[in-house]
Amino acid sequence: MDALDGNAIGGLLIDVFGAEMTAARSTCATCGDSRPVAELVVYRQAPGTVVRCRTCGSVLMVFVRAHGAIDTDLTGLASLSQPDRPLSGEQWLACRTSTQARIGQVGPTR
Amino acid sequence: MSPVTRGFQHLRRAPAAEAGRVPPGQHVVGDFPVLSAGPTPHTPLEDWTFSVTQDGQMRESWTWAELQALPAETITADIHCVTRWSKLGTQWRGVPVDVLLEAAGYDAPYVLAFCDGGYTTNLPVEDVTGGKAWVAFDYDGGPLPPEHGGPARLLVPHLYFWKSAKWVRGLELRDHDAPGFWETYGYHMYGDPWKEERYAGD
Amino acid sequence: MERRAVRGRLTWQVATVTSVTQETGSVVTIALDPADWPGHRAGQHLDVRLTADDGYTAERSYSIASAPGEPVAITVERLEDGEVSPYLTEELRAGDKLELRGPIGGYFVWEPADGGPLMLLAGGSGVVPLRSILRHRRRTGSDVPARLLYSARTLPDVIYRGELDQDHDGAQVIYTLTRSQPPGWTGHTGRLDQALLAEAAWAGEANPLAFICGPTSFVETAAAGLVGLGYPPERVKTERFGATGGR
Repeated sequence: MDALDGNAIGGLLIDVFGAEMTAARSTCATCGDSRPVAELVVYRQAPGTVVRCRTCGSVLMVFVRAHGAIDTDLTGLASLSQPDRPLSGEQWLACRTSTQARIGQVGPTR
Repeated sequence: MSPVTRGFQHLRRAPAAEAGRVPPGQHVVGDFPVLSAGPTPHTPLEDWTFSVTQDGQMRESWTWAELQALPAETITADIHCVTRWSKLGTQWRGVPVDVLLEAAGYDAPYVLAFCDGGYTTNLPVEDVTGGKAWVAFDYDGGPLPPEHGGPARLLVPHLYFWKSAKWVRGLELRDHDAPGFWETYGYHMYGDPWKEERYAGD
Repeated sequence: MERRAVRGRLTWQVATVTSVTQETGSVVTIALDPADWPGHRAGQHLDVRLTADDGYTAERSYSIASAPGEPVAITVERLEDGEVSPYLTEELRAGDKLELRGPIGGYFVWEPADGGPLMLLAGGSGVVPLRSILRHRRRTGSDVPARLLYSARTLPDVIYRGELDQDHDGAQVIYTLTRSQPPGWTGHTGRLDQALLAEAAWAGEANPLAFICGPTSFVETAAAGLVGLGYPPERVKTERFGATGGR
């Protein structure tokens, strides 16, 4: 099964972030590669959705639907920037980020 | 539940198996879905090894040829994926993990299986010994295809199939149970399909 | 660039199928009348969700084939081992209801104000969002130069051929047929490669804006090829379908 790209999870990202995110700019915490989320490598056929850096293959984001919520891990990201509108997470959102991550307005962290 | 779509049939669902064979929340399929969290690795067999390690030390290691020379078994098993499909009567050939751990010697309660591509999964040693687990290299009468974990994968059919790590390269013996890849992202540490232990907290 | 706000959370809604039109032997266009459609941008997609009577659901994404302002339509290719596409291409009929949500996407979109020259590359059913872009260009009277390079297996597999073969205010269409060609074919043959791109794509110096859509392997080859011709990577937009099973 070929990997897809971030376009394929446009709907999921709206569920998680409450906003269109495929045009947001991501930066990999491992190698620093920076590109729109739409260009990241996406694996959907799995127990969860795994988003990897196109340059170094590191895991950037993982989304797991469990217990009626979407558990989101962004620890592989150094930053995610969405310049044009504030992010609003209406759904319960649990984001785990590394101490060095600058995630901006993604929402409350646990 | 969403409104039913006229005329849409659940095509991949196979006829219901006899009662007691399918864990709760699962449905039987006829095909063998491919699920992956990353690209398919392609390690050449001449570079492939399987290792048992502990505290950063190698306890034992086998090349592909050495693994093939070990006593192998044919296994028929029902497998259950946490994404709710089950496949019955799958046929494999592999080396029992008992053989590998006995050769390496072990006195730890847990293992972490590690794989090409970085995937890991944790299991109690009790669940990979006593005839419950294999390093499998043949599926359905032929070499295990890369998309299904070839050249070799861990096979632990009594647990959800994410524990049957694809592209396995070894087992790390551990004193404590530490979460592997999916366990870190919210899946259950143990994964018993008969208790529906899918997610942490189940 | 004008952006449309996403109205809060994206919610599923029911759409009535108004028509199912055969485009090629294995491809149909499904016109839809959603309950509450906010409009869409050229290049966006929508998600479809099917529910079987045992509660099993399957979701797929399909690019919107129509231009902004036209009724919403998707074009679906029947995939041999598909779970959803055989239903949509062979069973679905006018009057049926389909659950969908959309529009989705803010990266793979084009407005006339984005300019060009536009270089569109389609692999198989990847032509769908590019056709939305071409229709939008035509409907707005845009004079942005546009060229479509469309890779298909055979001529009968070319989707929207009648429409594409008309001269749309200067939009050029170049085909390459990869599996077989009709007698007397003088066009390109074989899979997309660097040589074909060098011949058929706008030169890098023109600072084109590229949109590439199709199977993952096609997109990777095309994107690398355009960057190799000097296209700035940030002006090469990509959308990958899986090799099997669509998105």
